[in-house]
Amino acid sequence: MIYREAGQYKTSYLSDSQIFPIAQDRYAVAALLVIAFIAVPLFASAYIFSAILIPFLIFSLATLGLNILTGYAGQLSLGTAAFMAVGAFASYNFMLRVPGMPVLLAFVLGGICAALVGILFGLPSLRIRGFYLAASTLATQFFVVWCLTKVPWFTNNSSSGVITAQQVEILGYKFETPQDKYLLVLGIVCVMALLAKNMVRSTVGRSWMAVRDMDVAAEVIGFRIMKTKLTAFAVSSFYCGVAGALYAYCYLGTVEPEAYNLDLSFRILFMVIIGGVGSILGSFLGAGFIVLLPIALSIIVHYTGLPNSVTSNLELMVFGALIIFFLIVEPHGLARLWQIGKEKLRLWPFPH
Amino acid sequence: MDILNSDAVKYFITVLAAGLLTGVMYALVALGFVLIYKASGVFNFAQGAMVFFAALTVAGLNEKFGLSLWLAVPITIVVMVALGFLTERIVLRPLVNQHEITLFMATIGLTFFIEGLAQLLWGSNVRTLDLGIQDVPFQWLIDNTGILISQFDLIAAGICALLVGALALLFNKTKIGRALRAVADDHQAALSVGIPLQHVWGIVWAVAGFVALVAGLLWGSRNGVQFALTFVALKALPVLILGGFTSVPGAIVGGLIIGASEKLAEVYLGPYVGGGIEGWFPYVLALLFLLVRPEGLFGEKIIRRI
Repeated sequence: MIYREAGQYKTSYLSDSQIFPIAQDRYAVAALLVIAFIAVPLFASAYIFSAILIPFLIFSLATLGLNILTGYAGQLSLGTAAFMAVGAFASYNFMLRVPGMPVLLAFVLGGICAALVGILFGLPSLRIRGFYLAASTLATQFFVVWCLTKVPWFTNNSSSGVITAQQVEILGYKFETPQDKYLLVLGIVCVMALLAKNMVRSTVGRSWMAVRDMDVAAEVIGFRIMKTKLTAFAVSSFYCGVAGALYAYCYLGTVEPEAYNLDLSFRILFMVIIGGVGSILGSFLGAGFIVLLPIALSIIVHYTGLPNSVTSNLELMVFGALIIFFLIVEPHGLARLWQIGKEKLRLWPFPH
Repeated sequence: MDILNSDAVKYFITVLAAGLLTGVMYALVALGFVLIYKASGVFNFAQGAMVFFAALTVAGLNEKFGLSLWLAVPITIVVMVALGFLTERIVLRPLVNQHEITLFMATIGLTFFIEGLAQLLWGSNVRTLDLGIQDVPFQWLIDNTGILISQFDLIAAGICALLVGALALLFNKTKIGRALRAVADDHQAALSVGIPLQHVWGIVWAVAGFVALVAGLLWGSRNGVQFALTFVALKALPVLILGGFTSVPGAIVGGLIIGASEKLAEVYLGPYVGGGIEGWFPYVLALLFLLVRPEGLFGEKIIRRI
C-alpha cells in the first residue's frame, strides 16, 4: 500500500532517467542521508564511529571500486589491497613532499597514482581471462607490497617501514575527533557513490557490461576492448586508491605496507560477493555485513565463556560456514534479497 | 672440464637442484588443485588449508594420543577422504551450476572453516613432524661431484614421482579413471552415458584430500607444522598458471620451472634489489609467460565463439 508507484507519471525524458524513479525511494534516500549526516553525529559514541562506521564507509568505497571492475567489467581481481596501498602511500608522499598540499587534492592524486598502477597491471587482462587473470593479479598484490617495503623512499626512510598519516586539515579546519573524520569520509563516499552510480548508467558503464557479458561479441559490435577494459581498471583502482588513502588517514593513522595484505584483498572480494556482484547498493550491504559479522560473532562467542584460543578459532569457523551458507542460499548476494523484498512490497497486500 | 668443475658452476648446479626439488613440492600442492579443477571446474582455494589440516592431524594424533606414524597416517587418510567427500556433498553440490567466482568464494569460506577446525582440534602451536628422513646433504654426491643436495629433498621428489605414477595408473588403467577422464572432458556427455557425476566428484575430492596429506607430510616435516603451511598453496598458483589449470604434466613441469627460477632469481638477482623477491618473482614470471601463451604450457587451447 505504502510503496506504490501508481499515479507517478513520467512526462519528460529527464524524469524518466532519474536515479530513483519512484518517489518513495527518493524520500527514503533523503531520510537516510539526513540520518547519516545529522542524526548519527549527534548521538553515536566515539567507539561506534571509529570501530564500525568509519571502516564500514571506507570498505564500502573499496568494495565499490572492486565491484566496478569485477561486477560491471567482469575482470576478477585479487589485488585490491595493493591499489589501496598505492593510494595511501602516494597521498602520504604528496603531503610530505609538496608544501601546502591540500589534503583532498592529495587523496585525488593518490587515487590517480593507483589508477596508473591499475592500468599497468590491467594490461595482461587484454590477453588473459578468468582465473588465469585472477591468479596473475596476485602479482600486483605481492609486488606492490614488496616494493613499498623495500624502497625506503616511499616510507620516507622510516626504519620500521611504518608511516604516520599527516593531520587532515581542510581550509584551516582540523579533522581530529572521530566524528569529524566520519563526516569527511561520509562526504567523500557519498560523492563518489553518486559518480559511480551515474557512470554505470552511462555509455562507459554500458560498454563495461557489454565486455563482461561477452567480450568477443562486444568487439564485433564496435566496442574497443582495450579502452574499455583499461578504463575499468583505471576507475576501479582510483576508487580503491582513495579508499586506501582514507583507510590510512581517517581510520588507522599509522600504517605499514603489510596492512594492505592479501587478506584485505580477499575481505573486499567477500564484500562484493556477499553484497551482490554488479550492484552499487550491494557494495554497501556487503561491506556492512562483513564489518559487522566478526564484531557480532565475537560478542556472541564471548558470552559462551570459552577460553580465548577456542573462541578465535570458533569465530573463524563460523565466519567460513556463514559465507558458504550465504552463497548457497542466495548466490546473487544481499542486493538481490533487497530487490526481491521491494518487488514483494509493491504488490503487498495483494500478491496477485 | 675446468669450467664444469669451477666453484661458480658447482654453486649454480647446487642452487638449481635445490630449486628443482622445491619445485617438485610445489607441484605436489598444485596437483591437488588440478585434479579438482579438471573434474568439476572448481578452483579449490582450500587446498592449502587441507594440506595444513592433514599435517596437523598427523602431528596431533602423534603427540596427543601417542600414536606412531604408521597408525596416524592411515587414520588421517580416512579423515581426509571423509573431509573431501563431505565438502563435495555439503558445500559444492548445492552450488552446482553457479558462476565460477561464487564457487571460488565458497572454497575461500571453506578455507576459513578448515583452518579454524584444525586449530580448534589440535591447538595452534608449531609442531615438528619427524618422518625419519634427515634434512642433510647427500654424502655420495658431495664425495663424487662436490654438489650439495639435500637427502630429504631427493626422497621427497621420489615420493612425488611415485604418487604421480600411481595417479597416472588410476587415471589410465581403471574404470574409475576412465569415468574421471570422461567427466573432465564433458560433464553432460558423461552424464548421458550413465556416469554418476556426483559420485565421481566425490572421488576426486577424496583423491585431492589424499594428495593434500602427502604434501602436508612432506612440507610439514621440512618446515614444521604451522599456520604458514597454508601459504604454500599461494605458491602453487603461479605453478598452475604456468602449467595450465587442467594439466597434470603441466603441474609438474610448471612446478619445476617455478621452483628453479625462483631460487636462481633469489640468489643471482636478489642481492641487487634488496632480496625477498621469492615472494613475487614466480607471479611476474607466470604473468609474462601468459602474455605469450594465455592458456599456460599444457592447458587446452582456448577457442572463443560468439
